[in-house]
Amino acid sequence: MATHLNPEKEKGDAALNKGDVALNDVTLNDVIFETRNLNINAVRGDGSELPIIKSVSFKVRRGEVVALIGESGSGKTTISLSALGYCKPGLKFAGGEALLLGQDVSRMATDDLRPIRGEKVAYLAQSAAATFNPSLRLNEQVTEAPVLHGSKTQAEANAKALELYKALELPSPETIGTRFPHQVSGGQLQRLMAAMALCGDPDLLVLDEPTTALDVTTQIEVLKAFKSVIKEEGAAAIYVTHDLAVVAQIADHIVVLYNGEVKEAGPVDVIINDPQHPYTKKLMNAIKPLPESGQGDDDTSDHLRDDAALKAISVSAGYGVGKDGKPAITVLRDVNVSIERGKTVGIIGESGCGKSTLARVFAGLLPPFEGELKLDGNPLAASLSDRSRDELRKVQFVYQMADTALNPKQRIKHILGRPAQFYGNANGLSVKDQVNKLLEMVELPVQFADRYPHELSGGQKQRVNLARALAANPEVVLCDEVTSALDTIVGANVIELLKRLRRETGVSFVFISHDLSTVASFADEIVVLYAGRVAEQGPVDKVLSPPYHPYTRLLISSVPEPRIGWLEEAVATDEAASGIAGNVELTSVGCPFVSRCPMAIDGVCDTQAPPRRTADQKHLIECHREINELV
Amino acid sequence: MNSSNDHYVAPYDDAVSFDELPDSAPSHKFRLSFTGWLGTIIVVFWTIVAVSGPFIAPFGENELPFPDAYSEFQAPQPGAWLGTDVSDRDILSRIMYGASRTMGISFLATVLAYMIGVVFGIGSAVSSPRVDMILSRINDAFLSLPTIMLGLVVVAAVGSSIPVLILTAGVIYASVIFRLSRSLGMEIKVMDFVEAAQARGEGRWWIITKEIWPNAAMPLLTDFGLRLIYVILFISSLSFLGLGVQPPQADWGSMVRENLGALQYGTSIIPVIAPALAIATLTVGINLIVDDVSAHSGGKLSNRL
Amino acid sequence: MFSLILKRLGVGLITVLAVSMIIFAGTKILPGDAAQIRLGQQATEANVAAMRERLGLDKPFIVQYANWLTNFAKGDLGVSLSSDVPITSLIGDRYKNTLFVSSLTALIGVPISLMLGIMAAMFPGSLYDRILTFVSVSLVAAPEFFTATLLVLLFVFALGIGNAVVVGSTENKGLFELIAHFALPITTLCFVIASQLIRMSRAAVLNVMSSPYIEMAVLKGIPRKRIIFRHALLNAIGPIVNVVALNLAYLVTGVIVVEVYFGYPGLATLIVQGVQTRDFVLIQGLGMIFCLTYVVLMLIADIAAYASNPRLRHPK
Repeated sequence: MATHLNPEKEKGDAALNKGDVALNDVTLNDVIFETRNLNINAVRGDGSELPIIKSVSFKVRRGEVVALIGESGSGKTTISLSALGYCKPGLKFAGGEALLLGQDVSRMATDDLRPIRGEKVAYLAQSAAATFNPSLRLNEQVTEAPVLHGSKTQAEANAKALELYKALELPSPETIGTRFPHQVSGGQLQRLMAAMALCGDPDLLVLDEPTTALDVTTQIEVLKAFKSVIKEEGAAAIYVTHDLAVVAQIADHIVVLYNGEVKEAGPVDVIINDPQHPYTKKLMNAIKPLPESGQGDDDTSDHLRDDAALKAISVSAGYGVGKDGKPAITVLRDVNVSIERGKTVGIIGESGCGKSTLARVFAGLLPPFEGELKLDGNPLAASLSDRSRDELRKVQFVYQMADTALNPKQRIKHILGRPAQFYGNANGLSVKDQVNKLLEMVELPVQFADRYPHELSGGQKQRVNLARALAANPEVVLCDEVTSALDTIVGANVIELLKRLRRETGVSFVFISHDLSTVASFADEIVVLYAGRVAEQGPVDKVLSPPYHPYTRLLISSVPEPRIGWLEEAVATDEAASGIAGNVELTSVGCPFVSRCPMAIDGVCDTQAPPRRTADQKHLIECHREINELV
Repeated sequence: MNSSNDHYVAPYDDAVSFDELPDSAPSHKFRLSFTGWLGTIIVVFWTIVAVSGPFIAPFGENELPFPDAYSEFQAPQPGAWLGTDVSDRDILSRIMYGASRTMGISFLATVLAYMIGVVFGIGSAVSSPRVDMILSRINDAFLSLPTIMLGLVVVAAVGSSIPVLILTAGVIYASVIFRLSRSLGMEIKVMDFVEAAQARGEGRWWIITKEIWPNAAMPLLTDFGLRLIYVILFISSLSFLGLGVQPPQADWGSMVRENLGALQYGTSIIPVIAPALAIATLTVGINLIVDDVSAHSGGKLSNRL
Repeated sequence: MFSLILKRLGVGLITVLAVSMIIFAGTKILPGDAAQIRLGQQATEANVAAMRERLGLDKPFIVQYANWLTNFAKGDLGVSLSSDVPITSLIGDRYKNTLFVSSLTALIGVPISLMLGIMAAMFPGSLYDRILTFVSVSLVAAPEFFTATLLVLLFVFALGIGNAVVVGSTENKGLFELIAHFALPITTLCFVIASQLIRMSRAAVLNVMSSPYIEMAVLKGIPRKRIIFRHALLNAIGPIVNVVALNLAYLVTGVIVVEVYFGYPGLATLIVQGVQTRDFVLIQGLGMIFCLTYVVLMLIADIAAYASNPRLRHPK
């Protein structure tokens, strides 16, 4: 193998044999990019250095996709950027080599790197919205690198771009380049960024979490486009992600990183099917099982009572002020949800479907303009200011981002102590004892009471966030995407904690998530929201087995499985064909899902609101199709 | 390494658990840079002069050091180390008296501006949208006037005295503080933790004092230095125009005005340059500190000027 | 976007009205009576009353205000209390002088400062950047008369050029003579706006330079020049125009002190005289002129900010 070659000699050989195509091909065919004992340090304010990347070695061969996988802080993005000879501000290369086509890019001057960047190696960032210049037309941004490097004329670059737009299945490929970034959708922008990267025919692509910010349905679409384009262009790629299921679809090799070190590396099937290192095993274990029926906990009926803990009856709500007392934008339409004591209701849907709006209605933060709420069978005031302190206590809200949900200027003991004190003390404990008890409940050390939120890690902050809701001794806790911002393992631990709390305290949970797997593993009941309407609702086992609402079917088929070959199967389904490219649009006429539905009935679905059909006891589907057609 | 042995597993210890990595490195302590130290030394020096000036000045502010040899703009000499001014008074003594007057008026005016601006600004942010809009519109009208023009009109209307100066500068600059604290309040008000407190049922007083204020205090405090500079410049400019501190009271701005003739006759530059330099060093010194502090508190604050 | 600009224009108009009210009300609370002041202390009660009627001072406050505003709109600023001359003829040449100095300052000061500021942003942390930042930090905090004194010392005393005091007639002078005559006030004003402009334009460009799309351009291997002139400046133009307009508005304030310092025959010296003689008809008129200029410049600053937003320029 070529790895034994002295890189200096290798370069010399290539130079000597410039005419010798065969030999050149051998070197090129092999390793495109390689790091050898790469070290990167962070430079601190006082000039001292802190190692961030510690002696990392791996290779990327032609035609191969290597995934760098790890949690936040593992250094995966930093390593991937070394392929471009780039360090984020505040970091510096501190030894070892980063060899791109035999050249050590970590030691090259910026001006020498310019002809390499965009030509030999191209970068796709996590957020396309931020990486496109808002003032330049898309085509100029896509084509400028090869044109400026002189490798293509403007006409050639335009032709290449058009070819890529078509390959990436962008709508109206001839004219999309004349638009500005804010005039196209997020998923389209993500694909346009791929076109921008590929326009210079690079040998190596660096993809930094390019699908993380997308909905599952959009993710499939983008993944599919990336995969086929990488294959067609014959490029090698480094794919940075924290999601093993995504990795299984796209990678040939996996490098597992923790704290700037390689923990395990190998072919994708070996790592997925037979992980050796305990950290890799831990990562694999944290993957949630697929959303199938039969996962819900059955031992949660102990706390049941006659009346539902919290109930929404025919609730409609929206934002802004419109005509005749109705809001300007109506989000929720005629939603009925009942949360039984000690049970968990999962609310699922893509972004823009009204999940958080529903939680805010329950919390009293957004009074509905129609319908009513009931707490323990008694009417509950719509607005926060009309609720009694005891009613407020019973319904607690947990925010998605602990960073903004915890006051940065208060110590943990005050954050937790205040609700305990505010709502009165039922069990005769001092505030200090209650705080300690709460910290124990969420498995945090008691010493944390004296800390400020910024002194805690992301997962710990989320636990404090939960504990604050529990401090009120509530009946219902509304959890809004509480695990979405957390790393896989940390998120899985929080779910375990929630399960334990539910068992021990008998608190009911409303669990909002865009991640069907998480909901399926935790909820007793599922409410599938689409564009503010309940598409389907019922017990987990019923919702996750036929008959399905077409939208539920699309969601289920879009959840990535950590299994090689899943992506190809998923995109082949009818749901994917008609549904994955669409956007959620609020509408007052007809069924909102009509534009994405493979079974839509012309003249019916687009004009009339769908009827509510009962598939089984408590299992409701809103669809124009008969139940037996939905099996 | 060869392809059959492509699987690499790092050595490990089963006892080690792979916990969540800490969010970020602990923040390093704030240290003043060289220019920051320079600024601090200058400001401390002038503060000492301002506090003790009237007690240690060699002469009274209107006393003549050489009553027997009256002559304007005398050169520096023993007994009057910076020479004498247009009325043959000791410039050094007048600078020392002027320090306490210029700095005292500016400081009090800035404090007043903060008291008015913060109360109304944060109050407006947490008030109903209608009240907020009315207060903001009134404030916008004030803000769209050049400050010195407002000062001129007020002084023209009620005449100049030290309380009038403090009140005028305080009210004029309160509009800037109002805008700053209102926008801070608005920013903090929509944070989740404030909403969480509202959802808990906390009253408005708790929200303002316990949730919003602790988060607004630090940014407002770093802005104080900057505002102080502007107030010093405003007061000095008014005095320079003859509309601020009235003679024979010593004040840096009016000293420049009184002695401007020295430049025309070319006898001595000290009567003009000394008070001008005093103002400049003080304001530049404050600005150097402000720049240093704001560089550390994320984003140069003085870029918002 | 046009609706936004229209809205902003509407707000501007309301502001002007509010400003006129503040100025009118402010000068109305002056102790003393315009008729009394014009006729002097010896005037009889009857004469004063007649004068009050002639000036419309016997009418209700709101009517007086309306009359004053309509006259102002027609270009009639009233008659000076202290000299019995129409304000418009008092302003005459002085208006031209102030305009001359301000526009020359803008013409010279703005391009130079923008160049310096943008260059500092191109090489952040360089020696050039640090020196420029230090100098502008110092100048921004220094009073105008300090800068003026330094310049007088340098030019008049050390180099023997220019005049420490600008007096005398400006008639029958060529443009270059005029410029030489006004060199010091113009240079002082240039320094006053330069210190602000350099800092603010530097900040505006740096802000753009730290955005992710600039990092992306670097990672695409785009040449430095193009990154700055195409990617960064295009996005910085809006903020920079905003900065320029704000600083020209600031010039309105700066010009007052500088005119007085050099004894320059402009509008500002006139208004200071007005305050000293309590000639509030003069203050009203001049105050409105200054405030209008200021409000218009602020308006331009805001519209520039709208225009620089690509989302508003190219709606979906």
